[in-house]
Amino acid sequence: MGASLDPELLARIGSTSGPQTEIVTRRDIRKYAIATGQRLSRFLDGEEAPPTFHVALFWPVVPMDQLAPDGVALDPMFPRVPGKRPMAGGLKIEYHRPIRPGDVLTSTRTLTNIYEKQGSSGSLVFIEVVMRIVDASGEMVLTEKTTRIYR
Amino acid sequence: MSATPDIATLEAGTEIPGREFRPDTVQLFFYNAALWNADRIHFDHPHTTAVEGYPALVVPGPLLGDWLTQCVLEWLGDAGGLASFEYSNRRACYLGDVLHSRGRVVSVDRDRREAVIGLEIVNQAGEVTTPGTAVARFSRG
Repeated sequence: MGASLDPELLARIGSTSGPQTEIVTRRDIRKYAIATGQRLSRFLDGEEAPPTFHVALFWPVVPMDQLAPDGVALDPMFPRVPGKRPMAGGLKIEYHRPIRPGDVLTSTRTLTNIYEKQGSSGSLVFIEVVMRIVDASGEMVLTEKTTRIYR
Repeated sequence: MSATPDIATLEAGTEIPGREFRPDTVQLFFYNAALWNADRIHFDHPHTTAVEGYPALVVPGPLLGDWLTQCVLEWLGDAGGLASFEYSNRRACYLGDVLHSRGRVVSVDRDRREAVIGLEIVNQAGEVTTPGTAVARFSRG
């Protein structure tokens, strides 16, 4: 059994962060479109946000003195797992409608699961966080599940 | 760009045009600035190699994911959009890598007007770094 999955860690399941509300601007969409190398004019002109724009919109804006020495902002939704190192995981996104300039969007994140699997080189710990984004009228815009893997 | 796909005639197995990516320091700067991400592995070469032990600056995982969405949307044109999308960062990509996106239609559901697209980023060694899946939803004609 996984020694790393102590009760203190598992007690984090169900914790939430937010709500965080952000205003979508054409300028931010255009910057993101250029940075990601988009080629479709609706993205480059800022008429519509590329489908991963929310990653930038809701990235935490952290002061420099709160960054770790490696420049990383600690995300309280992804707790440290004793003896493990986080690796980039993956995302699963369900889209309800495109994001456009002028949208006022609110995100709420929930730590939905922590579990362990046996890999070829020892155990892997998975932490899942779901982000729900709604617009000013409360309509769903998208849902994103991030899975981070700790080796 | 090739002709806009049509859900009425689309077949499983259809290849989706890919694209070559050669990310450079300017793109990594713009991308991380757009996020407000100060993770040194994306811009601080001495730190990335000497302290963290990577061979070169690391291409951000979510940027690779974005490139998979571009593969689908450029192919779709004005025929539709994404219903859902998922990917995982299986292997790191580094500055200097020559990366390719590519895709293939896995299945077609004409009643729902949806197609499942298998996607991947492949590096210069032919290794799949970033596999993904998208569900494309075709607009009503």
